[in-house]
Amino acid sequence: MIEVKGTVHPDVKAKVDAKSWFYTDEVRDHFFNPKNILKTQKEATEYEAISDGVGEVGSPACGDMMKIWIKVDSDSDKIKECKWQTFGCASAIASTSIMSEMVIENGGMTITQALALKPHDIVERLHGLPARKFHCSVLGDKALSAAINNYFFKSGQKDRIIVSKGAEIVDKILKITDKDIEEAVLEGAHDFEAVQKKTKVGVQDKTCIPRVKELIEFYKDKYYG
Amino acid sequence: METYFDHSATTYLRPEVTQVMNKYLEDEYGNPGSFHYKGLKAKLALGAAREKIAKIIGCDPSEIIFTGGGTESCNLAIKGLTKSKKKGHIITSSIEHHAVTDTCDYLERHEGFDVTYVGVDKDGIVDVEQVRKAIREDTILISIMYANNEIGTIQPIKEISEIAKDKGIVFHTDACQASGSLDIDVRNIGVDMMTLNASKIYGPKGVGLLYVRKGIRLVPLIHGGGQENNRRSGTENVPGIIGFAEALELAQAEKDSESARLKEIRDYLIKRVVDEIPESWLNGHAEKRLANNANITFLNIEGEAIILLMNEHEIYVSSGSACTSKTLDPSHVIVAMGMPYEAAHGSIRFTLGKRNTKKDVDKLMEVLPDIIEKLRGISPVHLKAEEIR
Ligand SMILES: Cc1ncc(COP(=O)(O)O)c(C=O)c1O
Repeated sequence: MIEVKGTVHPDVKAKVDAKSWFYTDEVRDHFFNPKNILKTQKEATEYEAISDGVGEVGSPACGDMMKIWIKVDSDSDKIKECKWQTFGCASAIASTSIMSEMVIENGGMTITQALALKPHDIVERLHGLPARKFHCSVLGDKALSAAINNYFFKSGQKDRIIVSKGAEIVDKILKITDKDIEEAVLEGAHDFEAVQKKTKVGVQDKTCIPRVKELIEFYKDKYYG
Repeated sequence: METYFDHSATTYLRPEVTQVMNKYLEDEYGNPGSFHYKGLKAKLALGAAREKIAKIIGCDPSEIIFTGGGTESCNLAIKGLTKSKKKGHIITSSIEHHAVTDTCDYLERHEGFDVTYVGVDKDGIVDVEQVRKAIREDTILISIMYANNEIGTIQPIKEISEIAKDKGIVFHTDACQASGSLDIDVRNIGVDMMTLNASKIYGPKGVGLLYVRKGIRLVPLIHGGGQENNRRSGTENVPGIIGFAEALELAQAEKDSESARLKEIRDYLIKRVVDEIPESWLNGHAEKRLANNANITFLNIEGEAIILLMNEHEIYVSSGSACTSKTLDPSHVIVAMGMPYEAAHGSIRFTLGKRNTKKDVDKLMEVLPDIIEKLRGISPVHLKAEEIR
């Protein structure tokens, strides 16, 4: 239950719960007290020098940009530290914060576990996000994959480098793949506008729009044809 | 203590308005259409409110249609006119409220009308020459707002109305944001149709009107009991309309003194914010703007996060950020000025009103610099204003 400050009509107060406010209590907690965050540009620069991998997705023009730094224990292949910074709204901040906790809790996820992390898992831990804010959590796991790839690259494990979970990157700026388009279609987005609403594909990288339209037709045919 | 800086979203009722409305909510609650004294009293009061407003805006009472707010009035103006025409061309601007933009978009997509959206300059002022050039043989309507709700810029509607008159094209203006501080006498501004609402001038929500110059044929959007001279059916919102008339009368009577007072607070706010917070700037023309509007971009951070942190201090503002819009698009108004998306995401609108004083600005400045610094600290983006403006 979120306490609404100031006077609220008694009839209203009874109905103001987490859902009728903007976000859940979990989102609120992580927004106001983000975990594992690098609080200044200076902290970020210093941490970058000692981190094992760094990944970045999004752009400020799209309204979301995330950067993630990781430290990996090479013997156990586990992620020991996961730090981050973000330009974005409350749900972007909260979803990256909670993801960073998930990655390092209980001694840390193995790289394999971390790569299997799905946006859905993050949203679940936040006890839900408004549907239109879902893409914020999608960016978190993408930034993490990018950081892991960067770790593979820097540590010379070239054979382990993956192109975005084995998928074709269609939107080069937001790093949206054919798999994301597939998911969006499966979730009921059946034309370009609906898919763009869900994924933000093509908002900035307009060159990918024809390809996205092709993919939508392909998946619609495949699943609903 | 809460600090409300969102008066362009809506306002509280002023006590004079509450008082007159109460009488018609509790005692004189009759239906103006009823055939008895109770109804007659409501009918007379409704007529008096209509006359009061007609006097203020300089028209005949029969030229006023009361509606359920600004959105409905804009819809009635645009759809009502076009429905009587079947096809043709509409000119509007790229910074209108969605009540106008989405209505025009609907007509373009589904009813076969052509729409031209004329642009604005870097200060957010509609380019009159573009309006002139956009006119075609089959142009039937020009709809340009009087004052913008996001950046507060005041549009050259007198010049546009002259062009429209010259070419015999109907001109509608959405004046929802203008009635608190600008001249809304239709004889002076020369418009053919004008949208007003009550909820921005300390009147009730869900009440508006459309002024329609005699001789302009509108097809009604709402059919039923034939109220409002058959142009808008449904039992009249008598207390709302009476409150609207009272609010409009007071707003117009006080507009010069209240504008002067607000302007001083506004300029104090702008100066302090822009001086004390780096990489921030005012959006929209510095002078040709509403007395109560300051729209400021804070670079490298996102508006929703700013709003929610200010919310914790009970300071209430709004933003042009994509995250606070239902469509996830950043403010079309800020983008229309030629600003990059980065600037729209970090824009915050402060709109002042009757209860604000300079003290509120001082309270704001006790917390805002820290909020901005905190969010900039955790942001991986480090653009400079001169790189993107
Ligand atoms: C310029 C403008 N037009 C139209 C509207 C819509 O008015 P209403 O909310 O009364 O429907 C508003 C208010 O939100 C506005 O600011």
